[in-house]
Amino acid sequence: MDTFDIVFYAFAAITVLSAFVVVFSRNLMYAACSLLFTFFGVAGLYVLLHADFLAVTQILIYVGGILVLLLFGVMLTSKVISVDIKTGTIHTVPAMILAAIVFGSLAAVFYATWSQVPEPVTTATATTRTLGELLMTRFVLPFEVASVILLAALIGAAFLARRIRKP
Amino acid sequence: MKNFLLELLNNEALVYVLMALVPLIWVIPFALFGVWWERKISAHMQDRLGPMLTGGWHGWSQTIADAVKLLQKEDLVPAAADKKLFVLAPYIVFAGSYAAYAAIPFSAAFVGAEINLGLFYVISISSLVVVGLILAGWASNSKWSLFGAMRSAAQIVSYEVPVALSILAVVMVVGTFDLQEINQLQTGPVWHWLVFQKFPFLFLACVIYFLASLAEVNRTPFDLPESESELVAGYHTEYSGMRFALMYLAEYANMFAVSAIVVTLFFGGWNSPFGEFLSGPWWGLFWFLGKGLAVIFVQIWLRWTLPRLRVDQLTYIGWKVLIPFSFAIILGVGAWVLAAGQ
Repeated sequence: MDTFDIVFYAFAAITVLSAFVVVFSRNLMYAACSLLFTFFGVAGLYVLLHADFLAVTQILIYVGGILVLLLFGVMLTSKVISVDIKTGTIHTVPAMILAAIVFGSLAAVFYATWSQVPEPVTTATATTRTLGELLMTRFVLPFEVASVILLAALIGAAFLARRIRKP
Repeated sequence: MKNFLLELLNNEALVYVLMALVPLIWVIPFALFGVWWERKISAHMQDRLGPMLTGGWHGWSQTIADAVKLLQKEDLVPAAADKKLFVLAPYIVFAGSYAAYAAIPFSAAFVGAEINLGLFYVISISSLVVVGLILAGWASNSKWSLFGAMRSAAQIVSYEVPVALSILAVVMVVGTFDLQEINQLQTGPVWHWLVFQKFPFLFLACVIYFLASLAEVNRTPFDLPESESELVAGYHTEYSGMRFALMYLAEYANMFAVSAIVVTLFFGGWNSPFGEFLSGPWWGLFWFLGKGLAVIFVQIWLRWTLPRLRVDQLTYIGWKVLIPFSFAIILGVGAWVLAAGQ
């Protein structure tokens, strides 16, 4: 067991344990807080796999954007003084069906691509330049489509948040 | 530095732990003396003397005495607070601000982690601080703390946009995220510094980054999250003793981190302003820390000169002034780079 293994298992343990807290915690705030550690653990795993750009983007988008938005939402929706934000279990049957479908498709993809896993990257290369060039050449259409969708979402959010003036 | 330690100790894990601790040698004394410095500067700006007695010479050990007092204080957790998150939050805040130091190049010979995404990493890891502040404000279960945390989160999230955009203008010019490489590009006399390149675009980017970074670290005129006249102390109202000290340490660590980014991106980093004269790893450390302290001085100067903005003025400046201007800078720099055919 060398340093790589130790670090890998440490990050894997952080990810899995905090993910358990996210799912099983009754307190929404605790769940959101452990989500921070889940994202952090996943980012650590990306770094170990030499996907540094992905790791940093993961932190920027998920911790800096989505998690902050989540916490903000929780704070705005609850009463200021009450600490009482609990989660409950509802819609058990549809949730189980949906989870089974997601698990099934993930397992199917995993099983289908099991034999074609590429060799692990062993040397760190500058991924940013390559990613940027690929996004601007080969994947320019998906990239532009994604940006148009995000722009539409942005305009929609601004429209919904606008104060409605009486005529 | 890393290779030197590796030869000395011959143990990889130990070297990494040591490397992670090196910036603390600077951060802790800086926080202690930065507070003293700020008090002295504010005092002189207001025509008073500030701390004069402790330690003899101009009260130099006042903050050391304050820190020792804070460490001895009883560890109070408000009865109505959420104990676990209340205890955890200062650590997340400090971890977020200290993590940025991993990629900050203190000199040509020392940078914690030589990653080619240094700049991007520093921007993204600071978002941990926001999460910590929100948790602190929420877990305190007090109105002041909660309002402070909400203001802080809203402010940091909106000012992250001009920060990222003004940095993007620099990245378009230098073509790299690697902070050491950006430093090396600015070697030479003063006019090689990026702030004078592509004039006036990068100069404006520097101003925008500096203003937005003031908001990121909650300094006046953007200190609404802890405005003492309305919110007592904002998100750290309920904190005392050791945890309060940790919050303060994180605040000063953050201040220096953004100054370090200003210095590295625009003012030549560890490069000597005289070209080859007085350069080298140790002089590099001197220039870097000196320039950083100069930027800190400007931060303190602004704090004791300007009044606090209102919330609507804060959002106005962020969204309607800084962001359009940074987009204009990006367009200008882009056209220039394209025309120059780089």
